[in-house]
Amino acid sequence: MDSHLKEVWLKGEISNFKHHSRGHMYFTIKDDYSRIQAVMFAGNNRNLKFRPENGMNVLLKGEINIYEPQGQYQLYIQQMEPDGIGALYLAYEQLKEKLAAEGLFDPLRKKSIPVYPKHIGVITSPTGAAVRDIITTIRRRFPIVQVTIIPALVQGDQAPKSIVKAIQFANQSPNFDVLIVGRGGGSIEELWSFNEEIVARSIAQSHIPIISAVGHETDFTISDLVADIRAATPTGAAEIAVPSQQELIEKVHHLERSLKRVINDQIVRNKERLNKMKKSYAFRYPEQLIKQKEQQLDKNVDRLGRGIAQLQDQRRSSYTYLQKRLIQQHPDKQVKQLNNHLQQLLTRHHRSFQSIFRDHDKRFGTMIDKLSLLNPLNTMKRGYSISYTDEGKVISSITSVQPGDKMTVKVVDGSLDCQVWGIEEETNNDK
Amino acid sequence: MTNKQEVTFEEAMEKLEEIIEKLEEGEVPLEKAIKYYEQGMELSKVCSEKLTRVEKQMEQIVNEQGEMEPFIIQEEE
Repeated sequence: MDSHLKEVWLKGEISNFKHHSRGHMYFTIKDDYSRIQAVMFAGNNRNLKFRPENGMNVLLKGEINIYEPQGQYQLYIQQMEPDGIGALYLAYEQLKEKLAAEGLFDPLRKKSIPVYPKHIGVITSPTGAAVRDIITTIRRRFPIVQVTIIPALVQGDQAPKSIVKAIQFANQSPNFDVLIVGRGGGSIEELWSFNEEIVARSIAQSHIPIISAVGHETDFTISDLVADIRAATPTGAAEIAVPSQQELIEKVHHLERSLKRVINDQIVRNKERLNKMKKSYAFRYPEQLIKQKEQQLDKNVDRLGRGIAQLQDQRRSSYTYLQKRLIQQHPDKQVKQLNNHLQQLLTRHHRSFQSIFRDHDKRFGTMIDKLSLLNPLNTMKRGYSISYTDEGKVISSITSVQPGDKMTVKVVDGSLDCQVWGIEEETNNDK
Repeated sequence: MTNKQEVTFEEAMEKLEEIIEKLEEGEVPLEKAIKYYEQGMELSKVCSEKLTRVEKQMEQIVNEQGEMEPFIIQEEE
């Protein structure tokens, strides 16, 4: 192999670019007059700062060799740089575009910085101007805040990982309420760590608000775009991170003055109101007010009297009415009625009794007459007598006695004690 | 404001501003206003104290073991 082809520099445009899934890159390098197949193995392309694309002009360094299966020359690329614009610039633009598309720069994602932080984490190199600027500015403005340096490498190959580690450390510790991530000014290569994707993503993922402070005013890194707020310089970051104690003291005094003024105003206002009231008619001529009220009282007393009288009248008339109704219902009247009725009944009773009595009297007389007609005494007067056995039984037959029996014969004016001497049965010829 | 320790500076400032706003609206009855005033003055005192309290805060640095140790600014070599 030609030793001249061992280290070849080539300039051309990329076409037919293919990034194989296994990591190798295959493409054609061409210019207006010629072309050659090129391959850049994964081991070499891993550290590319940019992503090769079709149509991109590049500077290549590599070795030309023969790809035997096809029997053609091929360029085995060791290094590749964009031609025209710098590789870093291109990488910057490409990453910016990518992260913007993912929405990592979205203002809505930005966390707000606490107004009065208690503990600030500073992720930067523990040596150098940046850390000093940050600390002195914080101490000058707000000495009561706690500051912790989380050291990180801020340039070189190890820097991105170191910065990411520091951000992760801060997020795992419970103390910090805001982080400053940055470094002082330098070349674009020196600031490059802050354009690395892992640094940008780590800033985006932090749950602690992050103030970025990379380089100078004119340096704008990807970290600045992802951070919750960008400070132009480390000093600027410190100013954003903490309020000015002096200003705060003034603010507190101002608030205190406002407080006093407001309360004073209110007291004055109330005093004025009170004075106004004191000067009011009612306070100046209180007796007038009393007079008026007295008149009103009199009127009211009159009205009250009238009202009561009216009420009494009403009550009285309704009472009389009720009384009348009550009298009508008095039991005396009922008693009289019942008495009358009783008298009537008695009279009727008496009359009927008398008539019944008369009837009976009459009947009695008739019966007496009749009776006297039947009176045996009358018969006896005419010589009849009645004979009784010893036992007092009327003797009406000869069978009632035996000869020798004693008997009594009653005549009209007395009785005779007799004895039966003999019995003579009579034959009844009257029959 | 029963316990000063519990109020953060931020809370105290917010409360103080709130009180002044309320008072400035002018709708607060006098007695309540005076209560607010007293509260406000207390808060103002708390804020001032918190701001001016001489409590030297030392910078610290996280060492390789992840522990805190005092940090002194080194002048550039």
